[in-house]
Amino acid sequence: MSNYRDKYDVVIGLEVHAQLNTKSKAYSNDPNEFGAIPNTNISPVTLGHPGTLPKPNTEVINHAIRLGLACGSEITKEMHYARKNYFYPDLPKGYQITQDTTPICTGGKILIKKEDGTPKEINITRIHMEEDAGKSMHDQDPFDTLVDLNRAGVPLVEIVTEPEMRSSTEAYSYLTEIRKLVRYLDICDGNMEEGSLRCDANISIMPKGSTKFGERCEVKNMNSIRNVQRAIEHEIDRQAEIIENGGTIHMETRNFNAVDGTTTALRSKEQAHDYRYFPEPDLQPLLVTQDQIEAIRSELPPLPNDLFKKYCEEYGLTEYDATVLTDSKGIALYFEQLIAETSNYKAAANWVINSVKSHLNKNAQEINEFPLAPKAIADLIKLIEEGKISNAAATQRIFPALVQAPKKSALDLANELNLIQESDEGELERIVQSVFDNNPSETERLKGGEKKLIGFFMGQIMKESKGKADPKSTNKIIQKLLQ
Amino acid sequence: MFKSYSELNKALSQKETTCVEVVNAYIQEIDKRKSLNAFLEVFAESALKTAESVDAKIANGTAGKLAGFVISLKDNICFKGHKVSASSKILEGFESIYNATVVERLLAEDAIIIGRLNCDEFAMGSSNENSSLGYVRNPIQEDKVPGGSSGGSAAAVAAGLCLAALGSDTGGSIRQPASFCGTVGLKPTYGRVSRYGLLAYASSFDQIGPLTNNVEDAALLLEVMAGKDHMDSTSSSREVANYSKPEESGKKRKIAYIKETIDSDGVDPEVRASVLKSIEQLRADGHEVEAISFPYLDYMVPTYYVLTTAEASSNLSRYDGVHFGYRSESAKDVESTYVASRSEGFGPEVQRRIMLGTFVLSAGYYDAYYTKGQKVRRIITEKTEEIFSRYDFILTPTTPATAFGLGENIDDPITMYLQDIFTVQANLYGGPAISLPMGNHSNGLPFGIQLMASKFEESKLLSFSKELMS
Repeated sequence: MSNYRDKYDVVIGLEVHAQLNTKSKAYSNDPNEFGAIPNTNISPVTLGHPGTLPKPNTEVINHAIRLGLACGSEITKEMHYARKNYFYPDLPKGYQITQDTTPICTGGKILIKKEDGTPKEINITRIHMEEDAGKSMHDQDPFDTLVDLNRAGVPLVEIVTEPEMRSSTEAYSYLTEIRKLVRYLDICDGNMEEGSLRCDANISIMPKGSTKFGERCEVKNMNSIRNVQRAIEHEIDRQAEIIENGGTIHMETRNFNAVDGTTTALRSKEQAHDYRYFPEPDLQPLLVTQDQIEAIRSELPPLPNDLFKKYCEEYGLTEYDATVLTDSKGIALYFEQLIAETSNYKAAANWVINSVKSHLNKNAQEINEFPLAPKAIADLIKLIEEGKISNAAATQRIFPALVQAPKKSALDLANELNLIQESDEGELERIVQSVFDNNPSETERLKGGEKKLIGFFMGQIMKESKGKADPKSTNKIIQKLLQ
Repeated sequence: MFKSYSELNKALSQKETTCVEVVNAYIQEIDKRKSLNAFLEVFAESALKTAESVDAKIANGTAGKLAGFVISLKDNICFKGHKVSASSKILEGFESIYNATVVERLLAEDAIIIGRLNCDEFAMGSSNENSSLGYVRNPIQEDKVPGGSSGGSAAAVAAGLCLAALGSDTGGSIRQPASFCGTVGLKPTYGRVSRYGLLAYASSFDQIGPLTNNVEDAALLLEVMAGKDHMDSTSSSREVANYSKPEESGKKRKIAYIKETIDSDGVDPEVRASVLKSIEQLRADGHEVEAISFPYLDYMVPTYYVLTTAEASSNLSRYDGVHFGYRSESAKDVESTYVASRSEGFGPEVQRRIMLGTFVLSAGYYDAYYTKGQKVRRIITEKTEEIFSRYDFILTPTTPATAFGLGENIDDPITMYLQDIFTVQANLYGGPAISLPMGNHSNGLPFGIQLMASKFEESKLLSFSKELMS
């Protein structure tokens, strides 16, 4: 770690590419699927064969608008596509169809957490649509680079932020939020390892307290959120070291090496491509109406930030609980269904956060594989509320049995397992009286006001009732018999 | 040979001949005129096979409306399972794996595609001398050029080697060779005919159109080819009229002619005289003909070259020696694959235009050239549309003169570019234009008169053209 880093502030802007999970590619009918046999989803259009033309997929436009609305961006009503020209073996046409001067979304915000946990808004500059290139594979053959064009033409959105992040933790938080958001919106699977979510980071440093940004470096090829954080940390050290040793930072593109966490120069500003953007003449300008936008808005799913707010403010849950519940869309939706069945929000949160999540973790399952319907959990909560079963019996005995036999009702299982609590007053009175009778001296002391003996009596009563005595009713009966 | 499809159709339906006989006869004609170098390849096998099946359909009365129509394709239109090269070395040996939409539509109506025709490389040229497969001779006088870039198409139709040919027109590439060879050449409205399967030169200018012996055949082919295609999002969904059965014939029209196109020093005196004579005839026939001024003539060719080369520089990036087509033997790594394959694969005119286009799109020059070019195009479009708000047609010579000699202008790209001076206007504003073989020069060569109409006014244009030619 550099000794100088404390003297500098870091300035970070991120460019995130998210592969959209549309059925077909951005400009052809080819299926958009990850992991297909190489070079099988390749029509003449994907291959860029002479004479072929792009055909815009409206699903891509709708996905991009969904994201823009979720970020609070302005949706562009009239826009055109642009060509970005460069030569690369995995780019069959020699240009990428993208957007340049008229991105589909401008502005918008993502709410992140600073290092101290306080919230911060990161402004989005723009979101635009483009197509992915194919995939060059350098490690499949000892001599040649192989190209898989299945990915060529897969739709992407690129989300560009203002340079507003001030630590690697903030960048981490931003990416976590973006990933959560695209998954909630169901527009991208958010998988950084498979490359469906990719991030380039623009990083510069400036003396602490300064407002004038330093020269920035763009770092590429970080395939996890953790690696983005590592790359930023490395860049702070590297850039500080250079400046402190009297050097200057030059604008350049750098490559992240996951093995040692360092970055190396790829190309300087002088070597940067001139992409010769110009309006794509093969596609008509795209018009979006307010009606279209409103139709998409009306179908937006609940978003993590809205749910978080609702859980804290309306349901009185802790921030911790709300965070865990909104962390993934599946859990949040499960919780939403659960609280449609019960208004005991705190109990519902506890059930999901503890029992349900630990079951999923133990079995390496996703929530959609969880065997119990939210109704079953609501039934358990109700049985506890009614005093029919104890919380301990519900979590430790009935829940594990229920996931094994999800078709049975909670009540039936409680009966089968003989876990229904004794709240029949006559029977309870009989048990309490017999415990009193068997412990006359302790009974006298209790009557004399020795309150701590309640615990002793409870234990005895529980033993006698084989754990089925409902503590609340029992307490009431003890008080009654003592009078 | 047959001079029109109606003649051929009659002969077929009266069983005077068969499609197989017709195809064989054309194959013989093509062989006789090999010296023209119009055909790059005769699709004898597939044409005869199609002919047999069309004969069967005629026999049982299920044949389409182009049954037996023998057509050849400019070598930039894709025909599945057949070679297509845009007359370029860079596509040496390349075979198309799909059909252009126009080919699909022609075949669906039982046309027979007999071969592919020489052209200027990637449709860049006005003389067909920019072909990597040799120049084409004008069938009327073989020491003259046939025009370009659809030179093979015009020569083949004029020489009777097929009944019609498809060409493509980016700045005059159908009409100029039609003028030089004495055929009808029609450039439809931009978006009227699908470009899917046409090897792109300049996407916002290119249109496929027919070269024929007469207006009726052009109308019939357009009727089959035109209409929305979901593979080309720039194609128009406007309804396709019955071009072959014009409804509005016999109307008195208002025609404008641009003074500058007649007065210009560059116009051959006989061409000028002939146009003026046509104007007199039109007036005599009761049409209103007026001279107008169009002060943008000098800006049209430069605007055209800035914009078309920009688009071409991008469109031709896919020919990189990596995925298909020609790869240089000296390719050692990625960089040399690009540089060597493209330097060896593209001819000098194509390279010139790629460089020009790359320059006008480059950072620092974009606004001065590309943006300005787009602005001028918009102005020309507006001014042209203004004319069409007052007139039905604009009349000009198609070309300033008749066909020039082979090799005569080859070292002078500017003179060559000025061949397009009267034709580029239609591509800039996107409307339909036709060259009609109305002129015969004392030098023995034909020349055309061009009529332009407002966008999607093909019906009006074709019915009027038919009247003019009758």
